[in-house]
Parts: sequence; structure tokens; C-alpha cells
Amino acid sequence: MPITKRSRLVASTIAVVLGATALAACGSSDDETEAESGPVSLTYWTWTPGMDKVVDLWNDGPGKKDQIKVTVKKQASGDTLVTKILTAHKAGKAPDLVQAEYQALPTLVSNDALADISKDTGEAKTRFADGVWQQTTLGTDAVYAVPQDIGPMMFYYREDLFKKYKLDVPKTWDEFAETARKLKKASPDTDLTTFSANDSGLFAGLAQQAGAQWWTTEGQKWKVGINDAASQKVAKFWGDLVKEGAIDNQPMYTPAWNKALNTGKQIAWVSAVWAPGTLTTAAPDTKGKWAMAPLPQWSGGENLTGSWGGSSTAVTTDSKHQAAAAKFAAWLNTDDAALQALAKESGIYPAATNAQTSGAFTNPPEYFSNQADFYTQAAEIAKSTAPSAWGPNVNVAYTTFKDAFGMAAKDKSDFVAALNTMQDDTVADLKKQGFGVSE
Amino acid sequence: MTSARRKSYGVKGAPYALPSPTTTLKRARSAPYFFLLPAVVLFALFFALPIGYALWLSFRKVKVSGLGLGSGARSEVWAGLENYTDALTDSELVDGALRVLGYGCIVVPVMLGLALLFALMLDSDKVRLAPFTRLAIFLPYAIPGVVAALLWGFLYLPDVSPFYFVLDKLGLPQPDLLDGGPLYLALSNIAVWGGTGFNMIVIYTSLQAIPAEVYEAAKLDGATPLQIALRIKIPMVASSLVLTFFFSIIATLQVFNEPTTLKPLTNSVSTTWSPLMKVYQDAFGKGDIYAAAAQAVIIALVTLVLSFGFLRAANRRTKQEAAR
Repeated sequence: MPITKRSRLVASTIAVVLGATALAACGSSDDETEAESGPVSLTYWTWTPGMDKVVDLWNDGPGKKDQIKVTVKKQASGDTLVTKILTAHKAGKAPDLVQAEYQALPTLVSNDALADISKDTGEAKTRFADGVWQQTTLGTDAVYAVPQDIGPMMFYYREDLFKKYKLDVPKTWDEFAETARKLKKASPDTDLTTFSANDSGLFAGLAQQAGAQWWTTEGQKWKVGINDAASQKVAKFWGDLVKEGAIDNQPMYTPAWNKALNTGKQIAWVSAVWAPGTLTTAAPDTKGKWAMAPLPQWSGGENLTGSWGGSSTAVTTDSKHQAAAAKFAAWLNTDDAALQALAKESGIYPAATNAQTSGAFTNPPEYFSNQADFYTQAAEIAKSTAPSAWGPNVNVAYTTFKDAFGMAAKDKSDFVAALNTMQDDTVADLKKQGFGVSE
Repeated sequence: MTSARRKSYGVKGAPYALPSPTTTLKRARSAPYFFLLPAVVLFALFFALPIGYALWLSFRKVKVSGLGLGSGARSEVWAGLENYTDALTDSELVDGALRVLGYGCIVVPVMLGLALLFALMLDSDKVRLAPFTRLAIFLPYAIPGVVAALLWGFLYLPDVSPFYFVLDKLGLPQPDLLDGGPLYLALSNIAVWGGTGFNMIVIYTSLQAIPAEVYEAAKLDGATPLQIALRIKIPMVASSLVLTFFFSIIATLQVFNEPTTLKPLTNSVSTTWSPLMKVYQDAFGKGDIYAAAAQAVIIALVTLVLSFGFLRAANRRTKQEAAR
């Protein structure tokens, strides 16, 4: 504990306020007064690695022709960027283009930070699966972003250890539970997987697969269904497994978790298409020993998956060149050369359907060199993504998830009670802000 | 004042004319304000203004209508004391304060006790390798809090910790340090490890300032080293002890780094474990800067009252003792 004379509280208050000013200073488009025909300069906030190289393609190619120059400003990922965008927007100085996760779009739109780019995105819609595109329209006629990458969920398992313990790859969640129990009997120190409460996206994706609709609209009111029947089913399923000790209850992404994956103490992981990247760093010694299969289903014969992660490119209302920015956003996520570069430089899994099987995705990821048809399967699975339903305070629901489910996982107590807490907090927050809420 | 010195104050264009007494007086009166100006401006810009803005925000809230989509659906309105009543009735904030109280009850006595002990030991005549030992005890303070917490976090995780490896090999029980009561010990340990050195230096410095004659007199009177330590050294460094206690209370109330860093490693630390974590979570996790501002103001007030209350009580006691 460093002992500081100055009150750290005051310091952090100042940091908040100064942060707003500093962010405002980062906005760039205030000195541009040229008409739309003249040269246009755009700023793009993104966390995607290697994005500057992809943008160079634009600046030297179509951008040069149209005199639209894009500058990348590298940012922190996910929720941190949402806060930053909102703060900058408050000062009227948000950048022209931002990267935003799908579940953050309603929050950004409800703060009036994102522009409707429906008239400038042309035929981009045809390049995406309906379920993906629908997330950028929020069910309205407007278009608030162009999808960039998606995270269809899959089941990853240690092929060699499944053989060793004589386990079959589970096709349904019932089989999944049986597999976990069977493994526990065969090797008490080994877990099939863990229920981690530190990434809300995983649970949201699992609920989505089960058919949950967490936020829907009824007229001018939001209806929150976080504790709907489908979500309860998912919560109870995982809660029971944790309670009986069939799976572990410790969080993911810790040194202990890495070690468990690397040494075969945990032999499966419910994850998404980006898992090879995570496994490469978390479990380097087990390269080539993993295999991917579709997510287990709730009833045999079904074929559905959820999504975990994925993001889009949006244009802000503060931008003075919204049409130009929309043009770039559409190019970035639908142009073949751009998508190739995104796959190569940034390692993303594209949302555009035809890009999922082309070029960079003909060979499996290096970590999965043993599974030649990795990306062919992934593209098939991506098609089966269940529709998702996001609302204006996903951040509140996600925060409550971490605390409520973290506590429930630790105590091995009722997960449905934790789900109800999540529902109540989310509804209370909507009401507090003044949103119309349908009970 | 000599005339030679006065010349240097000479007015431009009239190097030889002496300024009239009234102008000198006026200038002398305004000079302090002039010298204060930079400090006042900086204080206003970077201290008073942000605090004022935080206060203003704490009385505001956001008002959304309908679905809240599209422009103009969201506006900022006056909230009165709503944010404050919400904060004070929020059980999570009170629970956080209680958790921090429990944590402080371990950290402050242990850290200051060790700091005093080390300072007294270093100050004794018999100590060897004093400069090295002093540096070794102080060094952890130089390590940033987040790095220290990360370091200890790894050591607390059974699967990667060498301690657990040894305990396992010896067949000894392996306590889970990241859960329940032991979690408080685990967090306190990081704070004690990092803070003892700093407090030790403060106490040690004031020990060094005690004149040697005092010890000489005590020795002539036949006092043992232990008696010298208890009856002379500790009372004479009482003011430093008060100071370190004061710093420690403030730092404890504002604990943030350690639990935030340990949070991803365990289910036991919630995002609102300490009051400051709750402020951070509300401001940046939930995006409600208004509620966060109100909570921040409350925490600042409590810190102010507690620390200055303690300082006044301590001062009164020292004055009474001096009067005796």
C-alpha cells in the first residue's frame, strides 16, 4: 500500500474530469470545414491489432481516389472504449469512426453517439447473415454500424485425453453433464471445464443459444428477459454441475487456468471461433492435441449456437463527414482485399459470410493443424447463430453478472437466484434512468 | 535598508530616482499575492475546479424518455439529494466500508508495529549492516502497488505458487488464501509488505533527530537499552507515529489497487469490494458518473472527518502532556 499524502480520491476525481478534457482534445474533426467534395480526413478509434496496415490499403487505394484519408488511433478494447467514446461525445468531440462490440451498440445509440448510416451503406447488408446484420439495426429501419467480426461459439476439447478417458464428444448438454461426471469418476483431479464468472459474454452466448431474448421492445418500452425460461435453464444447468462438483468453479484467464489447460487438468473449453489464439498463449504445450466441435445442443436434432465477442465499425454523430466515414466502414468490412488483410494482419474472423471460407481461411489455424476443415466447420457453425437481443444497459447486466455469479460459483449456491439478481438490477437501472420498462 | 540595495529596485527610465515610500509600500503589499499567483491558479484549475465539477455532477442525473433511442431522448436534469440518499442506503457501499474497516484493523497495527520495531532495531548501537537492512526493508515501497499485488497474487494461487508446492511436498495443509477470512490476511500482507518500509523511514528519521545527550543521561542513570527504547525513544517519536498513523488511515480508506488486481484471480473479490472500487465501477462499468460523484464526495468527507478528527485528538493529547 503506497502511502500518499494527497488524497487519492481527489486525484481520481480530477482524473475523471481531466480525462474528459484530454479525450476531447483527441477528437480531430473540428478543424475541418471543407465541403464534402474536398479532401476529407477521418479519425478511427479501434483496438484491432494491425488495423493501421489495413487502413493503409484504403489510404493508398480507394481512399486516395476519393480523397478520404483515415487515421487509426489505437484504443483499449471493449467496455473501456465505450466509456471513452461516451465521454468524448459529451464534449462533442468523438472521432468519426469507432469500433464497438455488438452488445454496446444500444448503449451508444441511446446516448445519441452513433449516426444512422443506412443510406450510405449500399448493398452491404447482403454480405452478412441476417442475425448478424439485425444487431446493427436494433430492429429499426436505421443502420448504426457495419459488422466486422463475429464470435460463433464452439466446443473445444483435448482429443487425446478424451480418448484416454474413453469419453465421447457431447452432442447435447445432457451428454455434456454425463461426460463431466464420467471424467470425474475416471480421474477425480481432472475437470472437464470450469464455470467462470469473470466474462459475462460467455454466459450471454450460452443463454442466446438456448433461445433467451434478454432485451426486447414493446412499443415505447423495454422488456427485460434476463431471467426468462431459457436463461434459467442455462443457469440451473451450470449451477447444478458446479454444486455437485462435476466441473470447477474458478475463473478463466488466470495463471492457474492457463496451467490447468496446459497440463491437462482441464480438458475442454466452451469458447468461440477465436479460441485458437487464446489457447496458443494459454496452453502452448498442447498444440495439435485439441479439436473443435459444434456446441452441445439443448435437444437432439437442433443445430444452434450463440456468439461470444465480435464487433462492428460505427460512425459517430459528431463526425462532420458521416457519408465518407460510412463509405470507409462499408469498404473495410465488405471489400475482399480489406477482409483478406483483416484476416492476415489482425487475425479476426470476418462477419462477411463469403470471406469466412476464402483466402486466409482455407487452412486451419496453426494451433489446430490437426483439424484440416477447421474453418469450413466454423463457417457452417456461424450460419447457425441464434438471434441476439441487446439493450441499452448491457454494461449494468454484465457487471451484476460478475458479482452475482462470482458469489454463487464460490459458494456453489443457486445460480437461478444470481440470475434473478441480474434481472432485478438491470430493470432497476433502466427505471432509474427513466426508460420505459414493461413488466 | 541601504541606498545601494534600493537602487536595484529602481523604476525603469529613472534609474537614479528613488521610489516614493508609498509606491514601495504598495508594491510590498501586492508582492506576496503576485508570488502566490501561480500556486493559486494551479490550485484553482487542477484542484478546486474539478472538485467543484464533481460536486455539481453529484446533484445531477440523467433522464431518458421511452426507449431512449435517437437524438434528444436523453437529458441531464437536477437530482437534488437523490444520488446521496441512494449512496447512503446502498448496502453494497456500506458493506464495502465494513470490509475495508476489517482490512484496516489488520493492516494499520501490523504495519506500524513492524515499522516501529524495525526503526528501533536499526537505531540501536548493536545493529550490523544497517544501511543494507534499511534499504532492503524500504525497497518494497518502491515497487508499484499494482505490480506488488500481481506478484503476490501469483504466489497465492495454489496451482502456480512455489509455497503451495512446498506445502504439498511436505504433506502440510494448503489454505485457500483467496477466500473468506484468509483473503483479508492475503490483502493485508500485500499492504504491510509494501508500506512498512516507508513508515519505518519516517520513524527512523525522527529517532536520528533525538540529541545524543538524552541517551547519555539515561545511560548514566542506569537505563537498559530496552528502557531507553520504551521510555525515551517511543515517547520522543510520538509525533511521527501520529503522522504515519494518519497517512495509513487515509491509504486504507482508499484501498483500490490490491483488491482490483486480485479480482480476476478469484470469485471472492467482487467489483465493489472496497468503496473506491464501487465508485470506479459505477462511473466506468455502469456509466453512471452522477452516482459515482456523490459516492466520491461522501468518501472524501468521511476520510476528512476521520483523519482530521484523529489528528486533533492526537494533538490535544500531546499538548496536554507537554503542559504537565
